[in-house]
Amino acid sequence: MTPPLLEIETLHTSFSTEAGIARAVDGVSFQLHAGETLGVVGESGCGKSVTALSILRLVRPPGRIEAGSAIRFEGTNLLALAERDMQHVRGNRIAMVFQEPMTALNPVFTVGDQIAEVARIHAGASRRSAAAKAVEMLALVGIPDPAQRATEYPHQLSGGMRQRVVIAMALVMNPALIIADEPTTALDVTIQAQILELLADLTRRLGTSVLLITHDLGVVAENCSRVIVMYAGEVVEESTTVELFAHAHHPYTEGLLGAMPRVGRGAERLATIPGTVPAPTAWPVGCRFRERCAFAWDRCAKDHPPLYQLGSGHQSRCHLAEEPNRRAHPHTPLAAASGVASA
Amino acid sequence: MTHDQPLLVVRDLTKYFPIKRGVFGNISGQVRAVDGVSFDVAAGETLALVGESGCGKSTTGRAVLRLVEPTSGSVYFEGDDLLALGAGDLRRVRRKMQIVFQDPFSSLNPRMSIGAIVREGLTIHRLAEGSAADARVRQLLEEVGLRPEYATRYPHEFSGGQRQRVGIARALSVEPRFIVCDEPVSALDVSVQAQVVNLLQDLQRDRGLAYLFIAHDLSVVEHIADRVAVMYLGHIVEHAPVDALFSTPTMPYTQALLSAVPAPDPGVKRERILLAGDVPSPANPPSGCVFHPRCQHPARDAACAAIVPPLEEKAPGHWAACIKQTPTAVSWEAQRAAGGASPPEFYIPRAALHRSLDTSHSSPASE
Repeated sequence: MTPPLLEIETLHTSFSTEAGIARAVDGVSFQLHAGETLGVVGESGCGKSVTALSILRLVRPPGRIEAGSAIRFEGTNLLALAERDMQHVRGNRIAMVFQEPMTALNPVFTVGDQIAEVARIHAGASRRSAAAKAVEMLALVGIPDPAQRATEYPHQLSGGMRQRVVIAMALVMNPALIIADEPTTALDVTIQAQILELLADLTRRLGTSVLLITHDLGVVAENCSRVIVMYAGEVVEESTTVELFAHAHHPYTEGLLGAMPRVGRGAERLATIPGTVPAPTAWPVGCRFRERCAFAWDRCAKDHPPLYQLGSGHQSRCHLAEEPNRRAHPHTPLAAASGVASA
Repeated sequence: MTHDQPLLVVRDLTKYFPIKRGVFGNISGQVRAVDGVSFDVAAGETLALVGESGCGKSTTGRAVLRLVEPTSGSVYFEGDDLLALGAGDLRRVRRKMQIVFQDPFSSLNPRMSIGAIVREGLTIHRLAEGSAADARVRQLLEEVGLRPEYATRYPHEFSGGQRQRVGIARALSVEPRFIVCDEPVSALDVSVQAQVVNLLQDLQRDRGLAYLFIAHDLSVVEHIADRVAVMYLGHIVEHAPVDALFSTPTMPYTQALLSAVPAPDPGVKRERILLAGDVPSPANPPSGCVFHPRCQHPARDAACAAIVPPLEEKAPGHWAACIKQTPTAVSWEAQRAAGGASPPEFYIPRAALHRSLDTSHSSPASE
C-alpha cells in the first residue's frame, strides 16, 4: 500500500484557560489516503475543528500543539517546518474551506481579486494572468457569467455562490488535500445538495483528497468512504461508512445515529443521549462517555479504553469490544439516573 | 379543515417591507416577505411551517404574534381579531401566545438570572408574587428538565440545550395555549436536539399546547408535526397532513426540498433533484408561479410564468399550488390560452420519496 497522504499521530492540542488547561484534542491519530474523502464527525466541542486547524498550524495562542504530536503530510512532518515553508504548504498543497463563507471572504475586495491574489502569491502569476485564472476558476465551480461575477463583491452574492467562490479559491493551486470544516452547515438544504455535489465532482475529476468535518451523519453517509467519530477530544470509532451505519460499535456512535431524525421514519420518538459532554479542562478518568452510557460498568470508571481493533479498518474505544455480552444488559445511564436532564 | 373550532385562524396575511434608498429614505420598492398566507392551528396540534432562508416563515410567525405589524390580512386567536386590538387587550391575549426563539444565546438577557428570566412573565401578567412566584419558577425549571437551584445562575453558565430549556420555561410561565417555536432546535447538536424535540412533545401532550413549529429541517418536522405547510418566496405552496406530505409530495418545490435531505444510508445511492440557481429576490418575485424558473416538473411551460397557481385541494386535506399537477381547476384550455404547450400530468420523481427508499432498503431485491 502506498504511504498515506496525511498521517496524524497522537496529536495533542490544548488551550490555557482561566479554568485550567483545556485538552481540546487529546491524542488523536488517523490516516488519510490519496483520493479519499474522510469524514470527521462529532458534536460541538469534540475537537474536530481544532484538529483541522492543527493540521494547518493555525492554532493561535493560548492554544498550542503539544510536543510529541506529529502531522506527516506527503512524508513531511508539518510540525517541524519553518513558518515560511508552512506558508507554502497552506494554499499550495492543503487548502481550507470554512463554514461561513461571508467571514472567509474579505468584504472590501471583489471576489475576482481575492481568487487572483491566491494565484499571485502562491504561483507568482502576473496581474493579468491571475485575473484570467480567477474567471477560469469561477467557471469551474459552476458560477454563471464568471467574468461579470469576478467584478462583484461578496455581499452581492448569495450564500451558495459565496461558498462556490471559497471552493474556487481553495482549488486555485490544485492542492492535494482540501480540509472542509462544516462547508454546508450555514446553507439551505437545496443549496447544500448543490455544493456537496460540486465538491464531490471536482475532487473526483482533480483527484483531490478531502477531510470533511461535519456534525451531520447524513452528509457523511453520502459523501465519505471512511469516517472517524470524535468525542471529548478523542477518536472513539473509526470505520468505513457502510460498516459504521450498519454495525456501529461505540455506544456514543449508536446514540448519535439514534438521535438523528430521519425523513421517512414517521413520528417515532427520537432516541436521546442523556447528559452533556464533560468539560475539556477535566476529562473524566476511565471512559469519557461513561456517565452517559447505558452499558458502563466499574471497569469503565477505572481503565481508559484504548482503540480496540474490531475487524479490518474498524476500531472502537469501548471495553465492550472485550466483553461483548455486557451489551445484553443495558441500564439507566448515570447522567439520566439523577432524574434531571442536563443538556 | 378537519377541526371544527381552530384556536388560531390566519387569513391572507401579508407583510411587505419597504426598500428605502438614498439619504431621504425614499421608498423604491417592497420586499414581499409574506404574501397572502392562510392557515389554521387547532388546539393541541402542531402545524409546521417549512422553507428555506428568506421564504417568510419566521416573519409569518412574528406577524401572527404582532411582533412585526402585518401589512394586511387577519389573525384570529380564540375568536379575537388580534390586528384590531389595542395595547392593553393585546397584552391580555398575548399571555396565551408565546414564542421560543432559535438562538438560545441572544434570546436570554445575560444580566438576568435564569430565575428572573422565567419570573418576568409572571410579574408582568400579575400571575404570582413573592414566594408563590419563587415556587412557580422552581416548578417550571423542573418541568423543562433543569435543576430548581439553577434559578440563581446566569445564562452564560449553561449550554445551548439548557438555554433552550430556559427559553421554553419562560414561554410556559404564563400558561399559554399556543407557542410559536421559531427554529427552536436548529442551533443545537443532534443529541441535544432530540432531547428538546422530545421535551416539546411531552409538554404538548401534558398541557394540550398548540405549536406553530417553524423549521428548515424536514426530518425534524416529520417527528413533531401533525400538518405541514411549505413556504416559498412568501407563499404557502403546499399544505397537507404530515403523512400525506412525506408520502405524496405534490408541489415540485416540496419534492426538491425532500430530495435534498441527505439520507443516512450509505448503501443507497440517492437520486437527487438539483435545483438550478438560487431563490429569486422577494423584492422582484417571478411572474405566475414563483417557483417556475427552477421547477423540474416535465410539463412546465409558458403557462406557469403567466398563471398564478391557486392553492387547491389535490386530494382530501392535501393542498398544493401547481397547475401542472392533476387534478387542477385551471383548465387545459385556459393554460393553452396562456401559452401552455404541455398538458398537466401527475408527477412525483423517485428522488422525492424517502419512504419507498426505506422499504426498498429493507428488501434490497426491489432496489
